[in-house]
Amino acid sequence: MIAEFGQFALILALVVALVQAVLPMIGAARNDAGLMAVSGTAASVQVLLIGFAFAALTHAFVTSDFSLAVVAQNSHSAKPMLYKIAGVWGNHEGSMLLWVLILAVFGAAVALFGGNLPPALKARALAVQGMIAVAFLAFIVFTSNPFSRLAPAPVDGAGLNPLLQDPGLAFHPPLLYLGYVGFSMAFSFAVAALIEGRVDAAWARWVRPWTLAAWTFLTAGIALGSWWAYYELGWGGWWYWDPVENSSFLPWLFGTALLHSAIVVEKRDALKSWTILLAILTFSMSLLGTFLVRSGVLTSVHAFATDPERGVFILLILALAIGGALLLFAIRAPAMKSGGIFAPISREGALVFNNMVLTLAAATVLLGTLYPLLLEALTAGESRVSVGPPFFNSTFAPIMVPLVLAVAAGPFLAWKRGDLRALLPKLVPAALAATAAIALTFALVPDGPALAPFGIGLAAWLAGGALAEFAGRIRLFAGAGDTWRRLKGLPRSAGGMTLAHLGLAVMIAGITGSSAWRLEMIGTVGIGGTLTEGAYAVTLDRINDGVGPNYSFQSGTLVVRRHGETVATLTPERRVYPVGGQSTTEAGIRTSWLADLYGVIGEPVAAPGERAADNAWTVRFYVNPLVPWIWAGALLMVAGGGLSLSDRRHRVGAPRRIATAAPTPGGAPAAAE
Amino acid sequence: MNRALLIVPVAICAVLVGIMGWLLIGAEGGKRNAATIPSALIDRPAPEFDLPPVNDAIPGGFATADLKGRPSIVNVFASWCVPCLAEHPLIAALSAEGYEVYGLNHKDSPQAAARWLGVHGNPYKAVGADTEGRASIEWGVTGVPETFIVDADGIIRFKYAGPLTPELIARKLRPVLEAVGR
Repeated sequence: MIAEFGQFALILALVVALVQAVLPMIGAARNDAGLMAVSGTAASVQVLLIGFAFAALTHAFVTSDFSLAVVAQNSHSAKPMLYKIAGVWGNHEGSMLLWVLILAVFGAAVALFGGNLPPALKARALAVQGMIAVAFLAFIVFTSNPFSRLAPAPVDGAGLNPLLQDPGLAFHPPLLYLGYVGFSMAFSFAVAALIEGRVDAAWARWVRPWTLAAWTFLTAGIALGSWWAYYELGWGGWWYWDPVENSSFLPWLFGTALLHSAIVVEKRDALKSWTILLAILTFSMSLLGTFLVRSGVLTSVHAFATDPERGVFILLILALAIGGALLLFAIRAPAMKSGGIFAPISREGALVFNNMVLTLAAATVLLGTLYPLLLEALTAGESRVSVGPPFFNSTFAPIMVPLVLAVAAGPFLAWKRGDLRALLPKLVPAALAATAAIALTFALVPDGPALAPFGIGLAAWLAGGALAEFAGRIRLFAGAGDTWRRLKGLPRSAGGMTLAHLGLAVMIAGITGSSAWRLEMIGTVGIGGTLTEGAYAVTLDRINDGVGPNYSFQSGTLVVRRHGETVATLTPERRVYPVGGQSTTEAGIRTSWLADLYGVIGEPVAAPGERAADNAWTVRFYVNPLVPWIWAGALLMVAGGGLSLSDRRHRVGAPRRIATAAPTPGGAPAAAE
Repeated sequence: MNRALLIVPVAICAVLVGIMGWLLIGAEGGKRNAATIPSALIDRPAPEFDLPPVNDAIPGGFATADLKGRPSIVNVFASWCVPCLAEHPLIAALSAEGYEVYGLNHKDSPQAAARWLGVHGNPYKAVGADTEGRASIEWGVTGVPETFIVDADGIIRFKYAGPLTPELIARKLRPVLEAVGR
């Protein structure tokens, strides 16, 4: 019965979303306060209805109600509770329900905390949110109903894909969706602003925290996914440029650009049309990602259980949302008047450069992801290719280098007109750090790839620049009392920027180290056998068999020696899940924060030259230098986003405080960010 | 901003939507999934090539001479190709049925290929490392994965570009495999 109530709630939510999409829009056009107020009520009712539906589906998963088709296909009674709950969004129908739930939560947040917004802007933005909700609720109700029943109900479920049974992956989709869907706020406000024909500092001040929150969640989601791929897929790699990975990376790139250009709108009343376009593009990328993953148009491992009807439906949503918004943009953008003028060498100029590079990088990734599709269409299906990591590695990295060079300099520049001669002395610490890092790297690892020290140097340049800027801001070298006072008075968003830029530096060092100095060995060995390469020797000491909650496993004990001395004992596992007949690898990882020792065992095979089967194992062992820094860097970025969000200037959920700091329309705040 | 320039994003969006729509509707018509490209190589002898093994641990070295005597399946794959991973279990199943399946490792690094085969299993009787893609050109490969069926006389009887699916194997590969024997 609960499931039927859930379905009913979903249909009601669709009706409420229709009301939310239409009435406030009419109200805003007629300046009718009553009709505009409908938006808030509808948004609040919607979050309750969709929340109920989601709770109903969760209940079905927790109680293992196999009469629901989704539960039967994706759950199993022997599964640990965490994965029963994670199973709710570990499938197509449930994940779409999570998608609309998050959309509704964001809508309700505007209704609750948007008291200081101009009523017409609020009504229109919520109406646009309503339209997106209508599209996706209709998609769920008509093509992907999570509550359809199976008759007769099976005795037990088919089980969740064991690869997904992992704490990291349990939280990966919700974080990712908080990011994806969070960008819908920027989109809705952009479309509302286009309808009104007005963008001002107040608009940007409202949009920025939402973009920042979405960006922070997306960063955490992508990092968690990549970490999962690293320890679960057993390849020792952390990013594969897979279309599905790219489709989460594209909104991140555009979102990062949006985050920075919105600052210019807020502070200087410039770059308005561009920022609106970025807001539209960022959410478009979220929609495109949803489409690519859910429609099966890209030939990918994810593409097999998909249904062309769903693909056509999402494509329609995509065409209406993106096409409609871009058309509106083409009609209304010329009416946007830009206020602030600025010189090329200025804070604005640096942020424009940031936007150009990020957009170019995103365009490159988009091209690489869609090129196989374009080629197939152009040759009428005659020609099909896969675009692999070589393309992305050789294009993306060179594009990003100038940006990283500029990130260190940008925050030193003044608004409106920067002084190049005053800038250069401020960059001395960064240059010194970079030079020292390059020299030190050459001295420590003389036989690595020639470019690697420069990668480390780039990271040091950025870190040096970010720290020097922060030190200058708090006058670190001008007496402790003054420094403490300045540190306390510093806006949190400034600290957030420093943390995020430092995070990028740490991540660049991690990426450089793990791709340049990686050591790997692979071989088939029996028990007691040893693989050697360079200073390292890895011995397969023993193999144990065991049983987990819903799987059986073989774990190997790998003793790692460096120059003959034992440095670590790794215990990788190979798990077999009898329900689905699938197996997974669990890497054995020992980290020293400077490098990961990473070991994996494969299926038992016959030793080379012997006939008896199952007495040898394929052992792979990697030394991945600096790889933990990649996630440490992502964590710093997330911390930076969080710190910046907590800045009282745009604290969400404290409407009275926001009201006291109410932005003066068109006025640029004096304090530098 | 120039008004004409503002139309560009709309136009790009329209073109992309059109292409994706074509691909989706095409898929419904079965066109996309049955893209058995009529190859100039069908009913012609397999090209001359001689490839080294990926490494010492993986059975390999793959040359024209291997294809004579028994019918065989030639599968072009790469570790960086996601669709290859998707069809990999199906290749393994064909191999387990007793067909001689050869692997042509297309533009891959030996380490990556060895690692991939280590993780996902090696169903191939022998694998040839086509690091530069020269042999792939001889075979007329346009992308990975591709699968060929060669009869006992070394004549190419079938080619499919794209990942295999169980349905495709049943509908397209089985008749050819039965005709050429085991």
